[in-house]
Amino acid sequence: MVLYELIDYSTLKVIWWVLLGVLLIGFAVTDGFDMGVGTLLPFVADTDIERRVVINTIGPTWEGNQVWFILGGGAIFAAWPPLYAISFSGFYLAMFVVLAALILRPVSFKYRSKKPDPSWRTAWDWALFVGSFVPALVFGVAVGNVLLGVPFTLDNDLRMTYEGNFFGLFSPFSLLCGLLSVSMLVMHGAVWLVMRASDDIAQKARLFGTIASIAAIILFALGGYLVSTGFVEGYRITSEVDPNMQANPLAKQAVMEAGAWMNNYTAMPWLWIVPGLGFLGLFGTLILLQTKMEMLIFVFSKWAVTGIIATVGISMFPFMLPSSVQPEASLTVWDASSTHRTLFNMLVATVIFLPIILAYTAWVYKVLWGKVDEETIERDNHTAY
Amino acid sequence: MELNVVDLSRLQFAMTALYHFLFVPLTIGLSVLLATMETVYVMTGREIWKRMVKFWGTLFGINFVLGVATGLTMEFQFGMNWAYFSQYVGDVFGAPLAIEGLMAFFMEATFVGLFFFGWDKLSKRQHLAATWAVALGTNFSALWILIANGWMQHPVGAAFNPDTMRMEVTSFFEVLFNPVAQAKFVHTVSAGYVTAALFMLGISSWYMLKGRHIQIAKRSMAIASAFGFASALSVVVLGDESGYEANLNQKMKLATIEAMWETEPAPAAFNVVAWPDMENRTNVFAIEVPYVMGLIATRSLDTVIPGINDLVDRTKDRIRQGAIAWDALQKIRQDPANASEELRETFMQNENSLGYAYLLLPFTDNPMEATTEQVEAAAWSTVPEVWPMFYAFRIMVACGFFFILLTAVFFYYSSSGRLDVLREKRRWLLHVSVWAIPLPWIACEMGWFVAEYGRQPWIIESMLPTSAAVSSLSVTEVLLTLAGFVALYSVLLVIEITLMIKYIRIGPDDGEASETPPPLAAPTASPTAAPVPAE
Repeated sequence: MVLYELIDYSTLKVIWWVLLGVLLIGFAVTDGFDMGVGTLLPFVADTDIERRVVINTIGPTWEGNQVWFILGGGAIFAAWPPLYAISFSGFYLAMFVVLAALILRPVSFKYRSKKPDPSWRTAWDWALFVGSFVPALVFGVAVGNVLLGVPFTLDNDLRMTYEGNFFGLFSPFSLLCGLLSVSMLVMHGAVWLVMRASDDIAQKARLFGTIASIAAIILFALGGYLVSTGFVEGYRITSEVDPNMQANPLAKQAVMEAGAWMNNYTAMPWLWIVPGLGFLGLFGTLILLQTKMEMLIFVFSKWAVTGIIATVGISMFPFMLPSSVQPEASLTVWDASSTHRTLFNMLVATVIFLPIILAYTAWVYKVLWGKVDEETIERDNHTAY
Repeated sequence: MELNVVDLSRLQFAMTALYHFLFVPLTIGLSVLLATMETVYVMTGREIWKRMVKFWGTLFGINFVLGVATGLTMEFQFGMNWAYFSQYVGDVFGAPLAIEGLMAFFMEATFVGLFFFGWDKLSKRQHLAATWAVALGTNFSALWILIANGWMQHPVGAAFNPDTMRMEVTSFFEVLFNPVAQAKFVHTVSAGYVTAALFMLGISSWYMLKGRHIQIAKRSMAIASAFGFASALSVVVLGDESGYEANLNQKMKLATIEAMWETEPAPAAFNVVAWPDMENRTNVFAIEVPYVMGLIATRSLDTVIPGINDLVDRTKDRIRQGAIAWDALQKIRQDPANASEELRETFMQNENSLGYAYLLLPFTDNPMEATTEQVEAAAWSTVPEVWPMFYAFRIMVACGFFFILLTAVFFYYSSSGRLDVLREKRRWLLHVSVWAIPLPWIACEMGWFVAEYGRQPWIIESMLPTSAAVSSLSVTEVLLTLAGFVALYSVLLVIEITLMIKYIRIGPDDGEASETPPPLAAPTASPTAAPVPAE
C-alpha cells in the first residue's frame, strides 16, 4: 500500500474543494477589507494626513493578505488544473484588467508618500482606489458568470475553446454579483476603519458601512431570489458518476436546468445555515455599526463575507465551472482534480504550513495592532506610508 | 511577418518574465545583505549598522514592491495564455507554485511589513528575526519557482496518462530533487547575491567619489565586496554545473550555445568568437580553444558532444516514432474505456516520443502521413536561432568573470583596511564600480534568455512543444494585453528608477556622530546585552 492511499481519492477531492473555499474566504476576509478600505479612501478622507491615516491602517499588513490570492491561484493550479486553465484563459481580458489594477496597488502604497508633491499623492490615491475597486467588482462579476455557466467547449484532446467575449461577461445577473461583491467588501473595509482609524474617519466609515451593508442585504436576497425562482438556471449531472474516477470532464452527462442550484438545499435542508450565516452577518453588522462594539462588528462582518462566498460554493456543488454551451464538459469536483497522489502530497504540505501561516499572521497583527491617528502618522513620519 | 497567437503569447511571457526578473535578483540578494547587516547591528549594538539597514532597506522596499506587483502576473498567466500547458502538466507543475505560496511567499510578504513598520514595536532580536524571515522567504521562493522551471527543462518523476490526457506525477521526490532544478537554484540565487553586492558596491563607490557618508559607504563596501566575491565565484562555478546538467538532457541547448554544427572528436573545442550562419548551417568563421568545451561539458577526455546536425538527424527518428504514439493515442481517445490492449501497448512503446509528433502539427494534420520534407522541417524546428544563444551566453560569462575580478579587488582593499587608498589614489576603480551597477542585470537577463530561449521549441523539454500549449485566444486579445503590460510596466519602471535615484541622492542618515565614529577595535556594547525594549 502506498502512503497516499491512506485517504480515499473521492475524500481528497472533497477536502480540496473545501480548501479552495477556505483560501477564497481567507482572501476575501483579509485582503477584502484592504480592498474595501482602498475603495473608501477618496470618500472618507479629505486631507493628506487623513488619507495617510486610512492607508496606514492597512499599510503594514496588506501585502501578506494579498498572498491569499496568489496562493489561491497556485492551489487551483495544483489541485484543479483544468479549472485553472479554463477559467483564466476564458476570462482572459477580465483577468488582465484585474491584474493591471492589482499591480497598481502595491506600488501606490509604497510610492505615494515618497514625494511631498500633492498631485503626485492624489494620483496614487486614485490608483489605490482603482486597484481596490476594480478587482472587487470583477471578482464578483466572475462569480456571477460561474453561476450562469461559461461558454467553453472541450474537444477529445481536452483542448478548450472559449466562445464568449469580454463584453458577454457583463449580464444583469453577473453585474448584480459584482455589486454585491463591492458592497460586501466596502462594508468589511468600513468596519475595519471603524476599528482602526481615528474618530472623524471612523464616523464617516460608519455611514458608508451602514449604506453598504443595506445594499449587500438587498443584493444578496435578490440574487437568491433569482436563483431559486429559476431566472438563473443551474446545472445537474444526469449520468452515473464514480467519485473515485480519474480526471476526465467528458466522461459524464449534464444538463442546464432551472432551479438546479437549489437541489442541494432540498436534499440537505440543514445547508440553509450557510446563507443564513451570510444574512446573520450582514444584519449583525448593520445593527452593530450603530453601536460602540467595534471588535464585535468585525466578527459579524467576517461571518457575512464567509456566509456569502460559501453559499455560492455549496449551491453549485459538485460543479465548479459549468459550461453553458456543452454542459457535459462542465468541470466538477469528481472529474477535474489532480491525481490522487498530488492531492495527497499537497494536503500534507497544507497541513504543515497553513497553521504556521495562521500563527505568524496572528502574531504580526498583534504586534501592529492599535488605533492609527494623525498623531501616530506625524510621529512615524519617516516609516509610515 | 504574420502575427500569430503563439508568437505573441511567447513575446508576452518573455516580456513579463524579463521585467519581473529586473526586480527579483536584487530582492533575493539585498534581503540577505540586510539580514547580515542587521545581525552585525544586534551583535555589536552599533547604531551605524542600524542606519545602514534602514537606508539599504528603503532602496530594497522601492524595488521589492515591483517584484511583488509583476509577480502577480506570473502566477496567473500560465492559465491565461498557456491553458493547454496548464491542463497538460498542472498535476506536476502546479504543486511547486502552490508550495511556494505556502512555504515562502506568505512568510516573505507578512514579515516585510514588520521589517518596515516594526522598528519601534519589536525588540532588537525580534526585528532581526523578522528580517531573516524575509530573507529566508525570498530565497525559498526562488527554490520552488526553480523546481517548477527545472521540471520544464528536465521533466522527471512524471508520466503521460492517455485517459486523462496529461502528465501525472509518479514521484514527487524526483521532481523536488531534480538535479537540473538544484543546479539552477544555486546558480540563480548566487546571481541575485552578486546583483545586490554590485548594487551596494556601486552606490557606496559613488558616495566615496562625492565624499559623502564615508563611514557607511566603507562598511557597506566591506560587506558587499566579501559577499560579492564569494557569490561571484559560486555563480560561475555553479553555472558550470548547469552547463554539465544541460549536456545530460538538453544537448541541443548546449550545441547552440556553442554554435557547434558538426560533432567533433572528443574533447571538443570551445568557440570564443564565431559567426553562425543559420541558412548554410555552419560558422562563417570561429576562433577556437581546443579541448575546453569537452572538458567543461562532459568532465572527461573521451565523451563525444553531438553537434547540431547530428542532433537533428536523431530527432527525425523520434518524430517518426512519435507519430505512431500520436496515432494510437487518437484511437484510444475515441473510446478510452474500450481501447484494445494492443492499442495501449503500441502507445506505451512509443509514448516517450509523443511530444515529437506535435512538432509535425504546424506542417500537417496527420503526423502518420507526414512526408520526408515535413519531417525534415519539423526536425529543424527544434533548433533555436544560433547566434542569439551563442552571444547571450558569452556576454553572461564575460560579466561573470568581470564580477569576480571587480569584487576581488574591492575585497582586497577592504580586508587590508585600505579603502581610503581607493578614495585618494585609485579613483578610477570607484568609477568602474559605479558604471558596473547595470552589468549584473544584463547578465541575469542573458542567463534567463539562454535558459528559456534555448529550450525552444519545447515548453516542456521533449514532451510538449510551445506551439501546442497556447490558449484559445485571438491575436487581438493577446496584442491588447501585450501592449497593456508593456505600457504599465514601462511607466512603473521609470517611476521606480526615478525614486531609486532620488533616495540614493538623499543618502543615508549619518547620525549625530557622523564621520567620526569610535575606532573599530573598541566595542561599544556587549554582544550579550539583553534585547532593548521599544523606545
